[in-house]
Amino acid sequence: MQKKVTPSLIKNTAKAAPEALVSLTTTEGAPGKTLRLVLAGRLDADGTAQVWDKIEKIVAGVRGGAVELEVSGVTYCDGSGTAMLLDLRRLAEAAQSTLTIVGLHEEFGQLLAMFDLKDVQGPNVTLREHRDLPSEIGHAAARVWGDVWNLIEFVGEFWASLFYVLARPKALRWKDALHFAENTGADSLPIIILIGFLMGLITAFQSAIPLKQFGAEIFVANLLGLSMLRELGPLVTAIIMAGRSGSAFAAELGTMQVNEEINALVTMGLDPIRFLVVPRVLAAMAVMPLVVMFFNFFALIGGGVVMVSLGYPVVTYSKQVVASVTLTDLTGGLFKSVVFSHLVCGIGCLRGLQAKGGPSAVGDSATSAVVSGIILIAVFDGIFAVLFYALKI
Amino acid sequence: MKPTSDTHIIEVKGLTAGYGADIILRDISFTVYPGEVFCILGGSGCGKSTLMKQMIGLYHPKAGAIIIDGDDIVTAEGRQRKNILRKIGVTYQSGALFGSMTLKENIKLPLEEFTRLPQDAMNLIASMKLKLVGLAGFGDHLPAELSGGMQKRAAIARAMALDPRILFLDEPSAGLDPITSAGLDALVLSLAKNLGITFVVVTHELPSIYAIADRVIMLDKGKIVAEGAPAELREKSDNIWVRAFFNRLSPHDQQQQQSGTP
Repeated sequence: MQKKVTPSLIKNTAKAAPEALVSLTTTEGAPGKTLRLVLAGRLDADGTAQVWDKIEKIVAGVRGGAVELEVSGVTYCDGSGTAMLLDLRRLAEAAQSTLTIVGLHEEFGQLLAMFDLKDVQGPNVTLREHRDLPSEIGHAAARVWGDVWNLIEFVGEFWASLFYVLARPKALRWKDALHFAENTGADSLPIIILIGFLMGLITAFQSAIPLKQFGAEIFVANLLGLSMLRELGPLVTAIIMAGRSGSAFAAELGTMQVNEEINALVTMGLDPIRFLVVPRVLAAMAVMPLVVMFFNFFALIGGGVVMVSLGYPVVTYSKQVVASVTLTDLTGGLFKSVVFSHLVCGIGCLRGLQAKGGPSAVGDSATSAVVSGIILIAVFDGIFAVLFYALKI
Repeated sequence: MKPTSDTHIIEVKGLTAGYGADIILRDISFTVYPGEVFCILGGSGCGKSTLMKQMIGLYHPKAGAIIIDGDDIVTAEGRQRKNILRKIGVTYQSGALFGSMTLKENIKLPLEEFTRLPQDAMNLIASMKLKLVGLAGFGDHLPAELSGGMQKRAAIARAMALDPRILFLDEPSAGLDPITSAGLDALVLSLAKNLGITFVVVTHELPSIYAIADRVIMLDKGKIVAEGAPAELREKSDNIWVRAFFNRLSPHDQQQQQSGTP
């Protein structure tokens, strides 16, 4: 029976104290005379590793002299051994000294003969050019600008396609749009309800404690109503949508890009934006306000649970909520949510279409979709805050 | 089928293309005649896929013109471009069928977008195209439920949905066993013979080339190094690379043969 090798055993042997596989002896001649090196033993990866640095230093240290490397004692020499011999030749050439290899067994010499010094050094091709800090910053800025430019271009194309579709409703694949509406809307309700309920509960509970000191627990209703309807409802729902749908769209379209399905669409004369992006984004924009309403509603229920447990009747709480918010608070929040869903799902689709390369590109585009989606939400939420303040909404 | 007339269906003139600062194709010119099977050959990375993507209008060249049936696809826009695209069908290396749709829906997609045919007419056309490629009865299968060879056939059926005059195939035998790929070659030949479709095939499979090609061009480092019938090139070409390709030798071996050493 074969003995099973456990990983720990492998680790131990690798770490065991190195036994000398290769011996290196040096005979110094008078200055200007030949330096004699004698190398013996197994020149495999482990063996060469023991002497590589040492012998490199010795050979490089001889400037303009002659080195004789005696290797008749070498019992085995593979790719790494050959690499070391080649490296020594290179060093000798760089130091303008001569290196002669003496007594190399013919079987080992064959591999060495296959390589020329030129082959190994090769032309200096640098695929990734090294940049200093200022040009790195410049390139990064250009990249960001290019990304923003792409985004603007994409938004333009999307709206052009959207108006095209609105003018000719038959040009939209309604079956797809309904499917995506179900996917982004109905299917997301469980998590939306759960998060909404918990956020309402937690916010109410945390704020009830300090407010209780002033006997003002009832104002938890005001706090919850305003913060959820105006801010947290749209924001949190949009973030959940970025994670759920934005990434899914990016992965889906990214896979299609990698499989050349997008190219197939283009060569069929079909516009990928109209065909793939519009149904997704339109569906998301249509269902988003409904989803946010669910979030708001269950957040208020969560707050209600806290209030009831503090001894307030349900009717007091609900009246207080209704009295504290206006219809504008609700519609303002819902309008924001429509914009957020446009951003989140649009950037998801864009990142998918931008996917380049193999399967890892799909993962990258999904990640990038979520990150860019959340950044866009934050930026636009800030813009809305200023805008609503200026408009006194 | 041999060229029936001197009038060409595709003319590529002085095409230079690349990505960014890299030039991949340099000053490529050739013509394709109606009804012939025209193969673009070359080793990996020689630019043959790039050439095809230029010809189907996916990328813009840096210079040159690609005239497809009288119109230049490089400069065409809007309606004119759509008209050119209607004349061509493309199948990609991976098949590129839409995974969420059945085969029938895949084939019906271009019909739905470009025609006002009633649904039952489109269903009938889809079934006919599937029959043509030997996939009758598979209309309700999803692409993932088929083998690689069947997916390629289905992709050809989809590319033929609008009865194009030219079909572009990108490495049709990639990843297929020799028997399946021979079946695909037979399909290409029968479509060319019976329907008069012009084929432009990008490939490096030697058996395939001998089986289907009327004429080939061979690319190396972004340039055309040979043009002609495959048998002719094998016998007569003075380009070492071309001879090596057709005789399945590395150029290194050829050099040795020529100099008489073993």
